[in-house]
Amino acid sequence: MNRLLKAVLAMCVAICFASAAKAQDVTLTGSGSTFVFPFLSKIASEYNKIVPGVKINYSSVGSGTGIKQISDKSTDFGGTDAPMTEAQLKAAAGGEIIHVPLVMGAVVPIYNVPGVDKALIFSGPVLADIYTGKVNQWNDPAIAKLNPGVNLPAADITVVHRSDGSGTTYVWADYLCKVSPAFAKAPGRGTTLNWPVDNKVGAKGNEGVSGVVQKTPGTIGYVELIYAMQNKIAYGDVVNPAGKTIHASIESVTAAAGSMTSPPADLRMSITNADGEAAYPISAFTYLLVYKNQTDASKGQALTTFLKWAVTDGQKFATDLHYAPLPENIVKLDQSKIESITAK
Amino acid sequence: MTKHPTNHANYRRWKNRVVQGVMIVMVAICIVPLVALMWTLLSQGLNSVSFAFLTHLPKPPGETGGGLGNAILGSLLILLFAAVFAVPLGLALGIYLTQRDGTRLASFSRMLLDVLSGIPAIIVGVFIYAIVVRKTGFSLHLGFSTLAGSLALAMIMLPIFARATEEALKAIPRTVDEAGLGLGLPRRTVIVRILVRAAMPSILTGLFLALARVGGEAAPLLFTTQRSDFWPSHGVTDLATLKPLLEPVASLPLVIFEYSKSPYEDWKAQAWGASLVLVVLVLAIRLSTKAFTAWRYGGQGTHV
Amino acid sequence: MTTLNPNVAAVLDQAPSPPPPSALARAAQRNRGDRWFFRVVTAAVWLVPLLVIVFLGVLLVSAWPAMRKFGFGFVLSKSWDANAEGGEAYGALPFIYGTLVSAFFALLLAAPVGIGVATFLSEVVRGKLRSVIAFLLEILATIPSVVYGMWGMFVLAPFIARHAQPQLKIVQTHLDQWFGKGNVPIFQFRGFPNGLGLGTAILVLAVMILPLIVSISLDAMRAVPTSYREAALGLGATRWEMIRIAVLPPARSGIFGACILALGRALGETMAVTMVIGNDSSIHWSFLRQANTISSIIANEYGEAADLKLASLMELALILFVMTLGVNLIARYLTGKLGIKPAVK
Repeated sequence: MNRLLKAVLAMCVAICFASAAKAQDVTLTGSGSTFVFPFLSKIASEYNKIVPGVKINYSSVGSGTGIKQISDKSTDFGGTDAPMTEAQLKAAAGGEIIHVPLVMGAVVPIYNVPGVDKALIFSGPVLADIYTGKVNQWNDPAIAKLNPGVNLPAADITVVHRSDGSGTTYVWADYLCKVSPAFAKAPGRGTTLNWPVDNKVGAKGNEGVSGVVQKTPGTIGYVELIYAMQNKIAYGDVVNPAGKTIHASIESVTAAAGSMTSPPADLRMSITNADGEAAYPISAFTYLLVYKNQTDASKGQALTTFLKWAVTDGQKFATDLHYAPLPENIVKLDQSKIESITAK
Repeated sequence: MTKHPTNHANYRRWKNRVVQGVMIVMVAICIVPLVALMWTLLSQGLNSVSFAFLTHLPKPPGETGGGLGNAILGSLLILLFAAVFAVPLGLALGIYLTQRDGTRLASFSRMLLDVLSGIPAIIVGVFIYAIVVRKTGFSLHLGFSTLAGSLALAMIMLPIFARATEEALKAIPRTVDEAGLGLGLPRRTVIVRILVRAAMPSILTGLFLALARVGGEAAPLLFTTQRSDFWPSHGVTDLATLKPLLEPVASLPLVIFEYSKSPYEDWKAQAWGASLVLVVLVLAIRLSTKAFTAWRYGGQGTHV
Repeated sequence: MTTLNPNVAAVLDQAPSPPPPSALARAAQRNRGDRWFFRVVTAAVWLVPLLVIVFLGVLLVSAWPAMRKFGFGFVLSKSWDANAEGGEAYGALPFIYGTLVSAFFALLLAAPVGIGVATFLSEVVRGKLRSVIAFLLEILATIPSVVYGMWGMFVLAPFIARHAQPQLKIVQTHLDQWFGKGNVPIFQFRGFPNGLGLGTAILVLAVMILPLIVSISLDAMRAVPTSYREAALGLGATRWEMIRIAVLPPARSGIFGACILALGRALGETMAVTMVIGNDSSIHWSFLRQANTISSIIANEYGEAADLKLASLMELALILFVMTLGVNLIARYLTGKLGIKPAVK
């Protein structure tokens, strides 16, 4: 028994020495937005191929949790589609937090309606009415008016929402608040909302919402575009403030970002309900949250190098996943923000 | 008016048969979900399990071909360190409860172990996040780590293991104890080198049963280990500074939870594969331990 | 009366000679070593009360802001809204409802089956068949919660959606006719059936606690002396009569304890429940509607919670802890009475 133990131990030590040649690894831990998870996961994996010593672990737990965990300093960076509020920024334990816009995406209304195979058309007010419970049948006149000729069943709408703290919820609600005063009153804006709908199901993450809508007829939900596309879930087009029916795509999201001509200094932006003929109304930036003063030198270095790569070279992985790459002016602002990070 | 004896006896016999029939139905009801579950587990799980699956690292969502090697290793690491924390404390408790039985601390500890065993796993996870993981406030500031996950599992394991140790030590006849003392050995030597050594098989049984019990838990790991797409750091400097213990780690239960909620077909298939691996792992530990005990000691064992 | 051999008497008469100094020193060292050993062991044992105190402390301190703000009304309030009109308002009622209903009905389903199986194993079968069934129950007992959740989500829920819900819809229309619409809405559901909800959670929980009930009830019945059984049989009882008269009554508190212990387990269950219950923080009086339990809401929202919401979640945790503690203590008392070593969870 003892000999066996010694042999096993010797083998383990040998394996370790075999990999001793590599330089000391840095592990960066991040968590947050499920909206950006496919993109962030991809660039983390690509970055690890370029710089094998840096391992980036991102946990897709929802923007709300991402914000909390970076505030608690349990993670090295956070991911969120909901910009932090003043109160949250003040509560951050490590000092000032910088928002670094990483990429842009679209929130699309996904649905599973038996008998309907073409893209449905929704408008902001109709979506707001569905998500406040005023419209609760699929063949409601409001929906039928936007979709002439489509055979909508006379069935209850099951509203699927996020059960966890979500930036996608925030973007969705941000848009609906702008187009519906009733929605702005209740449930309002936030990452976790009290939906005044009777027939609803909560699911965790963009993953969960797409999962439920995918297999449950009669449901409607809201997810980031890539989740609908990768899983071939039907998603609707939305009428924008200019009156045009827009299909969510890289171009329409980029058009929405184009309306942000003078970004605020802290880069916390909202591009929902943007002006512009071709703009998709439920577009959003998604941010990485990092502390301005990095206390761990090696982690801080690795982080800033990664960020610099992510907002420039890393952007080329966005289009394959149907995220819109950052516009030039934002990239420049990002770079100056990243420069301001001090790694002691 | 008395009942006709034979008719009444027949009625009683009939009732007897009916009740036994009902019991058989109950057993069938019991078996049906089990069979359904095992069938699903095997049919769905075997599809995804392969050597690559067991040894490769995960891929980003939407890409196929990832594996769960790091989750399997991670689960084993967490269990190993859970044992590292729970065993010394459990042994100390077992020794104290048998040697100093009757003192107030002994009964108090027993009661508190009962209290501990009643804490739902999710609350243990929340508690460990608050005092171990967080890097602010009243906490050890360790961050998401293998160590935090191990501490959470150790807290759940402790009552089970401590009780098993106490039972194991109690089962040693007093004569052994007295023989040692009679030889002039100090009490501590008798305890450590004779009693504990004699009770070792039962103690190990208790340990493995407890490990099998916590090995499948996901709730305590939710807020303590986070996740990882990589192998734990294994460079020499990393091992020297205990880095693999202080970084997030993948674990089978959490991978199952995460992948099962996703819409990606590949991930859902992997979740079944991971479920199969986890069930096989936990069952192997538990059944082999129970079989060994039954073979060596026949019958008695702790209930876990 | 015999007299002692004079040599023996001589030895006995002498006072015991004092031990040599080296032996004394060794004995002192032995005592000192022992004292240190026991000091270390005792110190280790004190870690347990310390841990429990820190645990309770953390829970109470974190929950205090919510306890102070909402007072007792927290337990009766149905709201869970960060944007409510009067400011944030959180309440525990929907979660207490979900937790209690899911656990109680799971017990209601599992107890008869569990006790029946235990009786079967204890009194009816022997040998091979008993080992096989016991083995199968072992497997059921070992399957982790997440795997039950997977099965619930991917197998049970679609099954219920496809086969049970349409039939139950018909039952519900009958109930509406007999009692008036909306008065007994136990099988009501909205929209297309999706299989997620309180009912599915109850079924999954029932399967999970079944092995526990069987194993502890089995112990309780095995502990009944054979002489009781022989007495009944000797009086001419059939097997069922023997069980009813001689086995079940003495085993009663043990069986009861098994059920209560299983209830405690069901109350605290998190993963399987959160995967199938639908996560709707409202109260619907129907088995086919979504709901939420305390452990489920904590699992879902603890990650992002801060300030008052965090305090509310911790207060919920405190409530759950008190519930499971109470239930477990009752169970231990009941099984302890019979001298059966109480199973630890």
